[in-house]
Amino acid sequence: MIELDDVSYSYGGGELLSGISLTLPPGSFFFLTGPSGAGKTTFLKLCYGELLPTAGRITAFGQDMRGRGRDDIARLRQRIGVVHQDCKFLDHLPVAENVALPLTVAGRDAASETANLSELLGWVGLSGHADALPPELSGGERQRAAVARAVIMAPEIVIADEPTGNVDWDMSLRLLTLLVELNRMGKTILIATHDLNLIRAAKQQVQARVLRISNRNLQQAGADL
Amino acid sequence: MNALARSLNVLRGDGQAGRVVPPTGHTAWLTQFTAGAMAFLAVFALALSLATDRLAELWSSELARSATVRVSAPAGQEEAQVRAAVRVLEQTPGIAAVRVLDAAEERALLEPWFGPDLPVEALPIPRMIDVVEGSDGYDAEGLRLRLAAEAPGAVLDDHTRWRQPLVKAAGRLRTLGVVSILLIGTATAAMITLAANAALAANAQVIRVLRLVGARDVYIARAFVRRFTLRALSGALAGTLLGMGAIALLPGASTEGGFLTGLGFQGAHWLIPLVIPLLAAIVAFWATRMAALRSLRGLM
Repeated sequence: MIELDDVSYSYGGGELLSGISLTLPPGSFFFLTGPSGAGKTTFLKLCYGELLPTAGRITAFGQDMRGRGRDDIARLRQRIGVVHQDCKFLDHLPVAENVALPLTVAGRDAASETANLSELLGWVGLSGHADALPPELSGGERQRAAVARAVIMAPEIVIADEPTGNVDWDMSLRLLTLLVELNRMGKTILIATHDLNLIRAAKQQVQARVLRISNRNLQQAGADL
Repeated sequence: MNALARSLNVLRGDGQAGRVVPPTGHTAWLTQFTAGAMAFLAVFALALSLATDRLAELWSSELARSATVRVSAPAGQEEAQVRAAVRVLEQTPGIAAVRVLDAAEERALLEPWFGPDLPVEALPIPRMIDVVEGSDGYDAEGLRLRLAAEAPGAVLDDHTRWRQPLVKAAGRLRTLGVVSILLIGTATAAMITLAANAALAANAQVIRVLRLVGARDVYIARAFVRRFTLRALSGALAGTLLGMGAIALLPGASTEGGFLTGLGFQGAHWLIPLVIPLLAAIVAFWATRMAALRSLRGLM
């Protein structure tokens, strides 16, 4: 679904990532780990087209990222669900409208999908908070709302950047369960995290592969993790 | 036609697209107010242009076709000289009508300056002969020479001498009016661009989120374009109506008032200022659209 071929990325001066090749096959479950500042978020941004590689080639759904126009990038994001590190909501709209935002901006009639929307909010345990504004939610609730928003377009890939960064262990497991359920429904999952306990917990539920960024390179971490 | 349909489509109001951008309190009011003020000024600039246009037309057509012969002679010779002058005029090719003004008419002409009941007969004022030019025109120089020979006290005044600078001034005023309208239009565009840029900067976070969840540039731009176009349209409409009201309340055009009271619209010209709100909306549409798309290009 997403292929990286000898991809490098450098900020102004130094090179952050170099010579990375990877294929994310459909239905796979990947963890991305590594120390802070190693480039996990940058790697994810390359995958959903917020950044373009400075060298090498990234292909998503068979199309080169570099050849995509701005509208093409927008359509790509409708097929890749992203749970951002800081959630990124529109604080003036209630949770339900924030979750439905991808439908709205894609020009689909959110009103005709209210049944789906309430089912989705029930799935992430936010039925009672549909009319709340995002700043009124706790960290865990915000993360779950972000997961709901990431999947409302029924994307083929879900990318999550530190989804358990600000939540306690129980909530982390709950979020993990949501992502594992999505994977069982056939979605490709890519999660960046530095929480090794989360990875261990996941390995008990799903066939997860672990990628590690170190020294600007991507390595398949051993099974001993 | 296609572009027009697309533009209208933008305005037709996707309520959702409007809602994704948070409402902005007082800046909305400022945009409306400025558009209104600009429209108000534009109405006056337009009225000035149209009025000077009318005046120039009037001065160059009506006055061009008339001339006056003034006869001042010692008492006793006056009547004979007037008759001689009329004879010369009637024989001149290109002159359509000749008419000697009687005492009552001369009194009417002088009344605005000296008041009624002026004993015209007792004053040494010249006699006036009204001359209307035919369509082919006449030879003014030849006529002057003949008048000098036949009636030495007669002086031909063909109005060109004082008409020319007036027509020229009216033309200049009209140009000034047009330049003012253009300046008002570009100032409106600049003002709306600034306001739109401020709104775009204030909503940078919203725009980033929309872009990340898959919104296309036109969708995001539309939310802003719609808002600013409607603000400019409503503000300019109010300003235009107020301006038209102010013009309607000006004293009516009259011969006594001359140029100043001629400032206004006549007949179908009252419809022209109604174009101002539409132009303001079009200017706002493009200014906001360009500002929005330009700022979006900086964002992946």
